[in-house]
Amino acid sequence: MNAIQTEDLTKYYGKTRGIDHIHLTVRQGDFFGFIGPNGAGKSTTIRTLLGLIRPDHGTAQIFGRDAVRQRAEILARVGYLPAEVSFYPGMRVRDILKLSAGLRGRDCRKTSGRLCERLQLDTSRRAEELSFGNRKKVAIVCALQHDPDLLLFDEPTSGLDPLMQKEFFEILRERNKAGATIFLSSHILSEIQHHCTCAAMIKNGTLIAEGSVAGLLGTKTRRVSIRGTVDCSSLPGVKDLHRTPESTDFLYSGSQKDLLRTLLRGDVWDITITEPDLEEVFLHYYEREDL
Amino acid sequence: MTIVKHELRQGKTALLIWTAAIAFLLMICIFLYPEMRGEMDEVGDLFSSMGGFTAAFGMDRLNFGTLIGYYSVECGNILGLGGAFFASLAGVSILAKEEKEKTAEFLLTHPVSRARVVTEKLAALAIQITAMNLILLALSLLSIQLIGERLPLKEVLLLHGAFYLLQLELAGICFGLSAFLRRGSVGIGIGLAAMMYFLNLIANLTDQARFLKYLTPFGYCEGADILEKGRLNTGFCLTGILFACAGIAAAYWQYVRKDIA
Repeated sequence: MNAIQTEDLTKYYGKTRGIDHIHLTVRQGDFFGFIGPNGAGKSTTIRTLLGLIRPDHGTAQIFGRDAVRQRAEILARVGYLPAEVSFYPGMRVRDILKLSAGLRGRDCRKTSGRLCERLQLDTSRRAEELSFGNRKKVAIVCALQHDPDLLLFDEPTSGLDPLMQKEFFEILRERNKAGATIFLSSHILSEIQHHCTCAAMIKNGTLIAEGSVAGLLGTKTRRVSIRGTVDCSSLPGVKDLHRTPESTDFLYSGSQKDLLRTLLRGDVWDITITEPDLEEVFLHYYEREDL
Repeated sequence: MTIVKHELRQGKTALLIWTAAIAFLLMICIFLYPEMRGEMDEVGDLFSSMGGFTAAFGMDRLNFGTLIGYYSVECGNILGLGGAFFASLAGVSILAKEEKEKTAEFLLTHPVSRARVVTEKLAALAIQITAMNLILLALSLLSIQLIGERLPLKEVLLLHGAFYLLQLELAGICFGLSAFLRRGSVGIGIGLAAMMYFLNLIANLTDQARFLKYLTPFGYCEGADILEKGRLNTGFCLTGILFACAGIAAAYWQYVRKDIA
């Protein structure tokens, strides 16, 4: 049984596209990254999985249960961290944590105490006095304190400082080792690269690639931008080549020596070699060839 | 029960402020009565000779010389309008506020069915309205005792009962609207309560508009009718209960289907 399984999942907001025929599979125990630019449909997908919105078409199953009809059963096993965190006015952090546990009919004080300590969260503060990052921590504790089997985290690290991000991913790794499935959305490549074992890329509401992170990102692909005149078109490993009389720009996955030799033959004024963004990798090296 | 408790805690301040404000005005009215009584004969003549205005407030059929006649108009308006505003506001915002304040994502991603959310919120609403009315009734009876008037218990209970029903009806209708709303709920609540109030004034003016009494809960709260007949108008009350039930049913129907923004 898969942790998440969607078939043809489609949601339009009126005429505006949310997601379009999403087939997504997340196996139990995966540490899954869901990557895409803003507005690509990441949140729509997650919110459909949680039963907050109903799909127009297709189905979503979590642990084999239907996201529309068996919502409550699913939610008992899921911890969700929304992208934008909002709490009820006037409540103290500890009351929010207690309310969340109460809504689950559970006593989570032990786990929540440990989490608050690790995330350095002061539970006596009122939620509205907290900074964005600290409010996020409250939501993280809410999502983790009942030891869920599946963590659905929507852009979890925005607002967290680097130390907290480190601690946060440490907690996620522990949970993952203990058997929990982790599904997090992000538009930050390095985050997915460092922490996830599998990933899917969504763009304009459609999945454009899916697979293991090692497989997807294990190349030495670089984006090379050159100002000057040099002919790189015959070099093996060049993709997505754009040329103007004064510049050349391409994705390169071939031998570095060959590249340097070619460059020496031309007239180069300036050169930048950067890691391509994830979208480019997916678009040019996986979707068109392997997938 | 978690949501009921949570709602009561969240709504505590608003409930206390509204109850205190209405109680304050109610008690002032009652405490003013001994002073007003002396002048009531004149005032009564004046009030009963203002034509349409007199009829609109049912003052052509009331005896201002008695406490209950006075109470049914003065306090009726305070309790009627104040209670109606509170009940409408509380009802119209209780579901909609979750989306407006973006807390719906928190609440509805816990393993609680939408139907249970609606039920518990409805219960919290009923508890708040009942608590307010019990406090107001107690303070009213106490104030009447304090000014040394004979206690017209049956009439006071009938009036308060009618206004309690009115608040439940408006709350029920607004609760239904609340399930469909995401923002702007406050204006709709106030507007609905005010509209109902004015519909009744119009219904009092002319017999052709009397059918409006079926639409507005203020129809069965008319002090003059209640005191004259010694009971509430069954037809108006039943229509009101029907409206409230329709509102509540609509809330369930919509909220379990709704896409949460």
